[in-house]
Amino acid sequence: MNWISNYVRPRINSIFSRRETPENLWSKCDGCGTMLFHREISDNLNVCTSCGHHMHITPRDRFYALFDGGVFNEIAVPEPITDPLQFRDQKRYPDRMKAAQKSTGEKESMLVAAGEIGRTPIIAAAQDFSFMGGSMGMYVGNAIIAAAEEAVKLGRPLVLFSAAGGARMQEGILSLMQMPRTTVAVQMLKEAGLPYIVVLTHPTTGGVTASYAMLGDVQIAEPNALICFAGPRVIEQTIREKLPEGFQRAEYLLEHGMLDRVTDRREMRKELIMLTRMLMQMPPPTWGDLPAPGNETPAK
Amino acid sequence: MTHYLDFEKPLAEIEGKAEELRAMARENEDMDIEDEAKALDVKADALLKDLYAKLTPWRKCQVARHPDRPHCRDYIDALFTEYMPLAGDRAFGDDHAVMGGLARLGDRPVVVIGHEKGNDTQSRIERNFGMARPEGYRKAIRLMEMADKFGLPVVTLVDTPGAYPGKGAEERGQSEAIARSTEKCLQVGVPLITVIIGEGGSGGAVAFATANRVAMLEHSVYSVISPEGCASILWKDSDKMREAAEALRLTAQDLHRLGVADRVIPEPLGGAHRDRQTAIAAVGASIAAMLADLENMDGKDLVDARRKKFLSLGSKGLAA
Repeated sequence: MNWISNYVRPRINSIFSRRETPENLWSKCDGCGTMLFHREISDNLNVCTSCGHHMHITPRDRFYALFDGGVFNEIAVPEPITDPLQFRDQKRYPDRMKAAQKSTGEKESMLVAAGEIGRTPIIAAAQDFSFMGGSMGMYVGNAIIAAAEEAVKLGRPLVLFSAAGGARMQEGILSLMQMPRTTVAVQMLKEAGLPYIVVLTHPTTGGVTASYAMLGDVQIAEPNALICFAGPRVIEQTIREKLPEGFQRAEYLLEHGMLDRVTDRREMRKELIMLTRMLMQMPPPTWGDLPAPGNETPAK
Repeated sequence: MTHYLDFEKPLAEIEGKAEELRAMARENEDMDIEDEAKALDVKADALLKDLYAKLTPWRKCQVARHPDRPHCRDYIDALFTEYMPLAGDRAFGDDHAVMGGLARLGDRPVVVIGHEKGNDTQSRIERNFGMARPEGYRKAIRLMEMADKFGLPVVTLVDTPGAYPGKGAEERGQSEAIARSTEKCLQVGVPLITVIIGEGGSGGAVAFATANRVAMLEHSVYSVISPEGCASILWKDSDKMREAAEALRLTAQDLHRLGVADRVIPEPLGGAHRDRQTAIAAVGASIAAMLADLENMDGKDLVDARRKKFLSLGSKGLAA
């Protein structure tokens, strides 16, 4: 059932939706401007085949590529109350939510799943920048807490892919309170002696960087990802000078001692397998394209 | 000289007139203006009461940022004895936007940490307007560790527009420093209490305010983003800060209803800056009460209760 709902159905749906939108068959790389065929991009994990620029990838597509055989079980996230502040700017918050849900086909800006990578059982969480800028509200807080609790329950490492503009303003102070809430989640993992690996993707900024995204045992970033607390525009306005080339990009942070590694998305799965297995004191991995775990070892 | 906020202009006129009359009377002894001046005083009082009875969220922000409002240093000087500032993060430098050290509250030794904005041009620059850099948060972490080691309660006083958005601050890991400071707040096995005395600006405030008890002064604010910043992003117009302040629910009263603030400390009529002594004494009483509340809890209980408190936040909205 899970295999059907998580794997077969979305794949079938995506085939049909692709057929319905032939105008999206080609897209332009934001890095070098090369026109790329959609299959070429998706087969390469949304990394430009010509210049290596890392384009946006949805949590679902990332998980298909990450987990053995593309199989994972979504972990249910407790629903927070909707629109706690009855927030309204030029649009009502519930209307913004509905628009984001419609355009992404997702319920919220984070996906949590259990599965295996190179036969290593893990919990993974990924943030969706295309859903309201990936912003951290109560749902994201609940998702990270659910992910940590599941990891502790099953004794698995947690791998978290961050991508967000910051806290979700429409939830006001309650979004800010996700900083301590998610920090508690990280502490649960640490107390259980389980690895917490953060993969920072473009962009990870604001309150997200200043909480769970900077508290990993190992901090990895994708190439050229913008990672910061205050964005470059805000800083330029404050100090009134031009910032150096590459400022706040992954490589710059690596050079300043803020990251362990900068890793190409196409190599990420391999590195995560090696890392999690070593930290969990498991034997070396078996390499190769692994099929989905069989029934005798269900990916719980 | 009193510094008037824009919405206090009518008040400034009345109070100015009364002051003028009294100045005239001082020069000219046969003039009897006292009745008239008193009438103006009554009028000014009524107006002040009226203005402050229904402060809009944006006006609260203005009061919270009032230049004459008592700052961290004023509270430390008045409420604590034997204050011994301790400096530095042992890695890079000492951040003057963050004050901290050992002090006694009554007889009881505590660690006190807070943001200081400064009172005049020179001290404001020295204090970087209360905007801390990574060194400030790392100093706070170090002081919290010391408190934990020696079993001293921690009192934090929050008053910051936010963490400093600067080149060096980013290079030295502003976000990591804030994350670690929040983490440290959640770890210490001693009572940790916070008073938001002015502005609670986003992550820069959370780093100190992840506490067992959080009190807010009546006209203080605490928000995920400044109203100006929110307006420029969501309204694409930074002049819409009034609307943004309204929508963000950043007042002490709203935060109390949401469970983020445990108590609201009443301010003297017209704000803390109009009667500093009374405001400072009220904060002192509140600190004492909050510490007394936590007196019988051991280290593990304090950590567990703190975690539970933050995990359960957000279970109720404002709608009910």
